[in-house]
Amino acid sequence: MARIELKELAHSYFTHPKDESDYALKRIHNEWEDGGAYALLGPSGCGKTTLLNVISGLLTPSKGSVFYDGTDVTGLPPEKRNIAQVFQFPVLYDTMSVFNNLAFPLRNRGISESEVKKRVLEVAEILDLTPFLQKRAAGLAADAKQKISLGRGLVRSDVAAILFDEPLTVIDPHLKWHLRRKLKEVHDQLKLTLIYVTHDQVEALTFADQVMVMYEGELVQIGTPQELFENPTHKFVGYFIGSPGMNFLACTLDGNTARVDGAGIVLDDEMAALGQKAQGKLELGIRPMHLEVHGKPVDGGVPVKVKAAEDQGSFKIITLSLAGHTLRARLPEGHTVPQNEAWLRFPTRWTKLFADGRLVST
Amino acid sequence: MGLKLQNVDKLLGREIHLKDINLEFESGSRNVLLGHTLAGKTSLLRIMAGIDRPTHGKILIAGQDVTGVSVRKRSVAMVYQQFINYPSLNVYKNIASPLKIAGVKKSEIDRRVHETAEILHIEDLLDRMPAELSGGQQQRISIARALIKNADLLLMDEPLVNLDYKLREELRIELQEIFERREAIVVYTTTEPAEALMLGGNIVVIDEGRILQTGPTSDVYHNPTTTKAAEVFSDPPINYLAGSVQGAKAHLGKGIQFPLIDHMQGLPPGQYTFGVRSNHLFINRTSTEDTELRGKVALAEINGSETFIHVQYDNSRLVVQKDGVHPHRIGSEISIFVSPCCFFVYDADRKLVASPSRASIANWLK
Repeated sequence: MARIELKELAHSYFTHPKDESDYALKRIHNEWEDGGAYALLGPSGCGKTTLLNVISGLLTPSKGSVFYDGTDVTGLPPEKRNIAQVFQFPVLYDTMSVFNNLAFPLRNRGISESEVKKRVLEVAEILDLTPFLQKRAAGLAADAKQKISLGRGLVRSDVAAILFDEPLTVIDPHLKWHLRRKLKEVHDQLKLTLIYVTHDQVEALTFADQVMVMYEGELVQIGTPQELFENPTHKFVGYFIGSPGMNFLACTLDGNTARVDGAGIVLDDEMAALGQKAQGKLELGIRPMHLEVHGKPVDGGVPVKVKAAEDQGSFKIITLSLAGHTLRARLPEGHTVPQNEAWLRFPTRWTKLFADGRLVST
Repeated sequence: MGLKLQNVDKLLGREIHLKDINLEFESGSRNVLLGHTLAGKTSLLRIMAGIDRPTHGKILIAGQDVTGVSVRKRSVAMVYQQFINYPSLNVYKNIASPLKIAGVKKSEIDRRVHETAEILHIEDLLDRMPAELSGGQQQRISIARALIKNADLLLMDEPLVNLDYKLREELRIELQEIFERREAIVVYTTTEPAEALMLGGNIVVIDEGRILQTGPTSDVYHNPTTTKAAEVFSDPPINYLAGSVQGAKAHLGKGIQFPLIDHMQGLPPGQYTFGVRSNHLFINRTSTEDTELRGKVALAEINGSETFIHVQYDNSRLVVQKDGVHPHRIGSEISIFVSPCCFFVYDADRKLVASPSRASIANWLK
């Protein structure tokens, strides 16, 4: 297992990139700790596959370098980097038994048959594959096949990291939780460096201790799932994580009050002070579940119009209009949806201020 | 223009794809077909469209038997899971194609293409080719091509399933607005309970080719008449606990008992299954009436704005839904609290005998 450092990485698929927009990876400078469970989360086209290919060695970056445990591997091909990869679709030898599939990477490296047997049995046990060892891989269900793909990475004791590229795509929805759990258990037991690439927030947030959110070729925020949800430092993170995403309202500052077309929303003093110093376009951000919705005027409540309400069973999503801006609020079950008019309170703890798309900071 | 399916079966050799389907859809109605993968949703849509012929039974449109009538002679539009467009035609021509085939005047086609493209926010893409577009944009074209026909029957077969969730969120809201302005019968299939609830209207819950339950979507959600219907209409899965009733008390094994309050009053003695949705299980006590269950965390799944805590309890798995994002270590001990007012009660035949009153749940949650 290895600590992976990415130093001043940038990559363009153009031979002569002209400006920043020609770069699929803009500037990535980051360290991934040995034994960490990481997720790389972002929409299609954000550059996550490019970054994955740079880490595995399938792609040499235009700029910067990749270090494994302090050794520069930028020029090394994938087979010299000891990276295992699990793809969207299981990659197996269909005609071989499960045992032989798992043994393949070891036999390939000329490891003694007794050692092969020991490792395969160990890994099969962890992945609940023991009963299938003598079966042919071809006849197995998708989730068992994906476990074999994972197992082929795990059997190698020299593997530096295991990379997952949307590994649960082909798994039935009701079996996914089981594999998610298995992956977390494997990580807890073996303390491997695992990097999970996905566009799906459920996959990323459930699997990883640290999630890196990627947007337009940059890592815009790295944090625990809870940090990303409760304290997004980039507008994109607020939008992309959570369902529906964070509400944003363009505003100006008047002391510690944010003005949204005449409506005043009181901010946390510290947040307002940082906002005063910040450069660029100011926006206020709050998650739908943190908005307090009242059916009658309340102290500090901002009047809004109620446009629509959708019942989702355990909660309702209501669409509101504040001086022409659309907001979404999440109303817990059992609360009545106000008719036509409502009053919103913005709890200071959850009301954030963004300048040019980034959370105001020191 | 109502649509009626009478005693429809679809058999393929010995395999039953659909059995005993009797349904009626009114003009202008919004309908959801909810079921797991392979439940028969697509088979049913294809029969409604006239693409496939039922093995037995009849299809009536406005009282006329149309069972053998080809799809070409019917007023129907369909959107599929896969993004299906003509790859060699630009977006404009893709959207215009149904009208062109129907021989509509050029000026009329032009007006309607622009009108439809505007509804779907693809006016700027009319000159582009489908391959240059994202999945979301491609599906918008397919939807536009379906809408432009103004067909009497608009069939949507899991149209959002292949899009990433942010696009799904956006399009789902837009589709609701689009359906509201249409006079067509809309039939929309989905595997997701939340999507079904958002679309509202009427629902058909289907499983293994048979109809489990029909009715207004929200009524069915709150009164699933069988444990199977409740399973199909719950995500995360509904939690079931086996128990029995003796006197004025229910017993849930492991020495857990609670009084038969509210909707459960007067239940005759016997064996029952108690069902409770994950959003009515809590990890903090909410009232003194709550029943406590001790278990171990199997996994905390984080679903964007909620955490689904899977708990191993007495040889079964329970799922607790909690607002917000919260870490829970696998294997750690956890208490689950449930109020008796939230239980669905099913008898030995797994049929609903009592469902919770929405008013008492609301009251309890306050």
